[in-house]
Amino acid sequence: MEFTEPVSLSVLLAIVPEIGLTILALIVLTIDMTTPEERRGGIGLVAAVGVAVILVANLLLGGPRASDLEGQLVLGGMLRHDTLALIFRTMVLLAGALTCLISVGLEKVGRQGEYYVIILVATLGMSLMSAAADLIMVYLGLETTSISLYVLAGFIRDDERSSESGLKYFLFGAFTSSIMLYGLSLLYGFAGQTNIYALAGPLAERLSEGAQGTFALILSLVLIIVGFGFKVAAVPFHFWTPDVYQGAPTPITAFISTASKAASFALLLRVFLAVFPSAMQPQWTALVAAMAAATMTLGNVLALPQRNIKRLLAYSSIAQAGYALIGVVAISDLGAAAVTFYMFMYVLTNIGAFTVIVLFSRATGSEDIADYAGLSRRSPYLALALVVALLSLAGIPPLAGFMGKFYLFSAAVQANMVWLAIVGVLNAIVALYYYLTVIKIMYVDSSDDDSPIQVPRAHAFTLVVTSVGVLLMGTIPSVPWFEWAVTAASGLGLPGVMN
Amino acid sequence: MQFVLDHLLTLILFIPLLGSAVLMVLPIKSKGVVRWTAFAFSLVPFVLAVVLWGSFAWQESGFQFEEVTPWFQLLNSSYHLGVDGISLSMVLLTTLLTPLAILISFGIEEQVKLYMALFLMLETGMLGVFVSLDLIIFFIFWEIGLVPMYFLINIWGSANRRYASFKFFIYTMAGSIGLLLSIQLIGLTMGTFDMLELFQVWPTFTDDLFGVANGTIKAVGFWLFTIAFAIKVPVWPFHTWLPDAHTEAPTAGSMILAGVLLKLGAYGFLRLVLPLFPMQAAQFAPVLAVLAMLAIIMGAFASFGQSDFKRLVAYSSVNHMGFVVLAIAVAARSFNGDASAQDAIIATNGAVLQMFNHGLSAAAMFLLVGVIYDRTHTRDLTRYGGLWAIAPVYGGILMFSSMASLGLPGLNGFVSEFLVVRGSWPVFTLITALSMLGLLFTGAYILKALLNVLHGPLNEEWAEHDKEHALEINRREIAAVAPLMVLMLVIGIYPAWILNVINVAVTNLLG
Amino acid sequence: MTIPFMTIILATPMVAAIIMLAFMKNEQPTPIKVLSAIATGISLAASIYVYVSYDVASAGFQFEEFAPWVPQLGVGYHLGVDGISAPMALLTGLASFTGVLISWGIDDRPREFFAFFMLLVAGVYGVFLALDLFLLFFFYELAIFPMYVLIATWGWKVTRVYASMKLTLYILVGSVIALVGVIAMVLVAEPAIGKLSFDVVDLMEARDAGAFDVPVMGAVTFARAWFPFIFLGFGVLAGVFPFHNWSPDGHVAAPSAVSMIHAGVLMKMGAYAALRVGVQMLPQGAATHLPWMVFLTLINVVYGSMIAMVQRDFKYVIGFSSVSHMGLVSMGFATQNLQGMTGAGMQMFSHGVMTALFFASVGMVYDRAHTRDIPSLGGMWTKMPTVAFAFIVGGLTSMGMPGLSGFVAELPILIGVWRAGSTIAPYYAVIAILAATGIVVTAAYVLRIVQLVFFGEFDESKFHDVGDVTALDKTALAILVAFLFLIGIFPALMAPMVASGMAPIVQVLGGA
Repeated sequence: MEFTEPVSLSVLLAIVPEIGLTILALIVLTIDMTTPEERRGGIGLVAAVGVAVILVANLLLGGPRASDLEGQLVLGGMLRHDTLALIFRTMVLLAGALTCLISVGLEKVGRQGEYYVIILVATLGMSLMSAAADLIMVYLGLETTSISLYVLAGFIRDDERSSESGLKYFLFGAFTSSIMLYGLSLLYGFAGQTNIYALAGPLAERLSEGAQGTFALILSLVLIIVGFGFKVAAVPFHFWTPDVYQGAPTPITAFISTASKAASFALLLRVFLAVFPSAMQPQWTALVAAMAAATMTLGNVLALPQRNIKRLLAYSSIAQAGYALIGVVAISDLGAAAVTFYMFMYVLTNIGAFTVIVLFSRATGSEDIADYAGLSRRSPYLALALVVALLSLAGIPPLAGFMGKFYLFSAAVQANMVWLAIVGVLNAIVALYYYLTVIKIMYVDSSDDDSPIQVPRAHAFTLVVTSVGVLLMGTIPSVPWFEWAVTAASGLGLPGVMN
Repeated sequence: MQFVLDHLLTLILFIPLLGSAVLMVLPIKSKGVVRWTAFAFSLVPFVLAVVLWGSFAWQESGFQFEEVTPWFQLLNSSYHLGVDGISLSMVLLTTLLTPLAILISFGIEEQVKLYMALFLMLETGMLGVFVSLDLIIFFIFWEIGLVPMYFLINIWGSANRRYASFKFFIYTMAGSIGLLLSIQLIGLTMGTFDMLELFQVWPTFTDDLFGVANGTIKAVGFWLFTIAFAIKVPVWPFHTWLPDAHTEAPTAGSMILAGVLLKLGAYGFLRLVLPLFPMQAAQFAPVLAVLAMLAIIMGAFASFGQSDFKRLVAYSSVNHMGFVVLAIAVAARSFNGDASAQDAIIATNGAVLQMFNHGLSAAAMFLLVGVIYDRTHTRDLTRYGGLWAIAPVYGGILMFSSMASLGLPGLNGFVSEFLVVRGSWPVFTLITALSMLGLLFTGAYILKALLNVLHGPLNEEWAEHDKEHALEINRREIAAVAPLMVLMLVIGIYPAWILNVINVAVTNLLG
Repeated sequence: MTIPFMTIILATPMVAAIIMLAFMKNEQPTPIKVLSAIATGISLAASIYVYVSYDVASAGFQFEEFAPWVPQLGVGYHLGVDGISAPMALLTGLASFTGVLISWGIDDRPREFFAFFMLLVAGVYGVFLALDLFLLFFFYELAIFPMYVLIATWGWKVTRVYASMKLTLYILVGSVIALVGVIAMVLVAEPAIGKLSFDVVDLMEARDAGAFDVPVMGAVTFARAWFPFIFLGFGVLAGVFPFHNWSPDGHVAAPSAVSMIHAGVLMKMGAYAALRVGVQMLPQGAATHLPWMVFLTLINVVYGSMIAMVQRDFKYVIGFSSVSHMGLVSMGFATQNLQGMTGAGMQMFSHGVMTALFFASVGMVYDRAHTRDIPSLGGMWTKMPTVAFAFIVGGLTSMGMPGLSGFVAELPILIGVWRAGSTIAPYYAVIAILAATGIVVTAAYVLRIVQLVFFGEFDESKFHDVGDVTALDKTALAILVAFLFLIGIFPALMAPMVASGMAPIVQVLGGA
């Protein structure tokens, strides 16, 4: 590995998002400083459009095929320029853009330049996470993201809930981060390398040394899992999720639940599937499979009694992560592709759901599910958008969630873990119950207040993008997405049985 | 003309149904038009039946005017029609009685269209049973006949009509299910539902089925068929639906019920039970004979004990049909040699003729009951009395019909009952002797009826009533009963014209 | 250019739903209803055309359409009909078109109602037309959510929330377990055919190559191990005892048009899927398990009819009657011979039309009388003779009265059961006898309703504003009645087609 390679154009193209986001952050900051108070309403739009531009640019220029560095490590081995990175960066950028978009016009945050800047920084961190190929970059990306998110969660200073959310997030996050760092350092200790792709060999040697080596590796495995578990909110590291999600400003909740989780899964896929030697597979797959099962089940069961919609979606997110973990455990092309597809679906779906919630709380000030009664009469399209999102999460065709679950369960069955597929399937049914309950409240129950809910253009645009996207991903055009995911997965070099 | 002759049976069978559809679909408002249209539609089959009778080559044995078309190939069931002497006489009876019944129904004022449509539908159902030569088709028409009768009783019947119609339907249907199961088994095992084929192959089928001995299977099959038909005839003790149904039905309904529907059961015995299960029939014939005897005796006793005129006539059907069943038992006995063929043939001739005769006399009796009920709105015998004085024509007709029913020599009842007794005596002597007792009581109840209705002091109530609404029978009703009376007389004096036709068929059946 | 009939049938309702949601308003209900009628009418016409043009002599899958969808997993957009599914498509067309006609009076958010109804119809069509198992599942699940929303929102207020949720979760449990089974099937089939494929044709090839006869647990083969889950998983939707519990409540809570689809078509979807995916693909498993499952079907028939007998609520009688009649369908499958299975296929059609008719009539009575309590009703014949006539025809069909389609369906089933007494096990003969008693009980409860609801005394004081039904209602009833007579008098119009579809299945069962 050379560390003194020239900085060629192709290398720069490999980090288009990072460069773009940095520049955009500076632009936004400048605008915030130079424009007077009254005219700052458009900052969010600027940020959103900027991120969208970066997204398009990345797709066109930053793809591995566009350069000669496909599958290669760049910048001193810090990043890997492959389709997986491309696809997850797209997700993350999309999430960022939409988050900015739906924050427009929101009181207390909509006009704050810093707010958008921090979102951009968080996005940058996630972009790094998607492509990270080195332990140090892993940690760097994680921390950049996390710290930005801690701040964003607690952004509304005078709201108790928000402050509590930020603080809790910070404490939990910092704690688990440090544990993970310890695990990462152990790995470095054992392997003498920080590059993920170079770790497998030395670690295998360690394993063959006998019990002591195995114990050490397992220890580091567990520690790392703690960190990842926290980021994806898997059981038993999920305790922060409901409170943080509920307290944070809703667009940020959307952002945390989608983009940060997605980027973490990108990391998960890389680290687990590339690092830990196949000899250790039974151990870590068993562990993660158990986690997956517990996460799904606990998430769904705890969602059942929830009365606050943000908390409900928080528990639902926990469960969704559980489903995605199934794909990780499968260790195959299909599994990785399934996870990727599922995360993409999840980003779109959750943002759509939270957009509706943003609008509803803005109009009524309430986050109680019961207050959503009669929404189908008040604002039929808003209700429909929420229906689309919830059904996609539940896994009902013709929405993307169905395809996603299908891919995941197929991967599980293919990997001879039929029991996991069945647990997943039964959980889907439990989940359907609470999703349907919300839908029922919107359609069946009625309320006295008949006034329609205001839907500003920015939010309408977001809803259209997410709803249509979810619908498309679930039907015929599902194929391009899945193919993209498959390409990404195959780039990881895993065993896979697909046509 | 050739077309008509080629498809005579189908035409006879379906023209009433066509009439039914026409009546329901066309928006005819006038009751009169509806009535006469229905009457016309019912006359056509009668005319065709007469043509059929004339074209039927009675000297030849076997079925004529056959028509075959595949229907339900998956099950090897085809639309197969045909008549022999037995079914021909039944067809004639049905097509004769239906127009008369319709004529009688001109007094119905409510929902006339529906009533007439149902009646015509009923005719098709009954005719279908008599002319089918495929077990499934037989069953189809057997069941279909239930529906219009149910509605006729339920809608236009008397006070207790709902209970009566429900019981009639469910009772008969329960029996039919056994019949259906048996038919399915036979058809499945032999691979066809065609009666003519089955008559050849089923009796000689001796394999075991489902691990059960062949003898048991056949015995069970025999009883399932028998019970279904026994309910219809009705054979004691399956007769309990009859008094209610006959009594509660509207007049024309009772005419057809007693006149034709009961014959379906007897026909089933002759056409299906005897040819398909000769050995089992022979084996269980004594049981049938005993039941027949009980029907004759109990029916007569029950009749005698009634104070409701219509119920009295209803029980008389049980009594008369008992003779039919007795003869059937005799016929069965001929299969294992316990009865000579000649006795069996004589008895069976008597049975078929009795079926025809009873059709005539029962229809006539119910008609007459209806006449008096329409006017007096009561069927209570104790409330009548001395009506001869104010309704002499009615009295005469009633007397005539009662005599036929009783079996007075010179009228039709005597011929058939004589034949039955003559045929049964050598075979079931004791039983026949006891049945004679029944005959005694037949006389008793008939005379009781006559006594109560016609003789005795004139009931003042009716004398008053007569001044406003005449109690006497009117022309339409006379026109309806006249053909019956003519036939009763003709058959009584010169039965050869019908007996010859029946005899050939019976000989073929029992041969 | 060949006209893609399958896609037309499938896509027309979906397109209509989208148009409705995007462009029409609840304040103007008429265009919405007209569009629905047109869309279902087009699909109905296309399904009639397909039915009539199907070449029975050549049999097999016809009108096929194919486009790859997710090639990596062998999932393709493969549609087509055979002798079994063509009548089912026709049935869907009939039930959906008449359902729209009798829903003309919906005035609460008609746009959403009809849009979800269209989606439901599309889902059901899709199941019958799919020749790719993933596609079949896709449409199967697609139909479930609209069903939920339709019942929960527009159903009977007393139980709709409970019934809709129960129904949805119940059906879903069954189907997702079957889904896992299907995925397993596809993976097991792969070595035999060299690729992953959900296509029915490919999987049949794998089956013939013995792919499903590999042992998975000791001596138990894949087919034997998975058949109960797949068959009963789909059987939940077919109302197989003891998983039928969702059905009566679901039927009763749903609005009439939805009940028509629910009992008339949805339950057939379950039976069809159980047949296509369970019996046809895993014949060895079928041959092993059907002989004991037949007892469940018997319980359906007898128990269902007895419970129907004691209901006070008019609609519950019909609901339980459906459970009973669907038992005959499953029983026909369990005979494993041509007569029984053809009868089952015909019963699916006959019962579908009949029960659609029943629910339409019940709805019409309830809409006007505002009660379904049998003892309180009476004399409805005088006010709505068309409905009474239609109901009576339906009732006669349900008790197997000859001349109507029920008889020509139940007859071969019973004959098939008898035959199974010789070919499978003697106790089938007993089952035939017991099932036949169910017919008598059916007659009894049907007559009871007819007598108590339609005949009898009409209480003028309670029902003074009960009027006759509309012309659209009468049209719908007439269409349904016509088909009951048509198939009943001319079974040759349907039996050969169904037999041609069942014949290959019987063949593999015989060999299995």
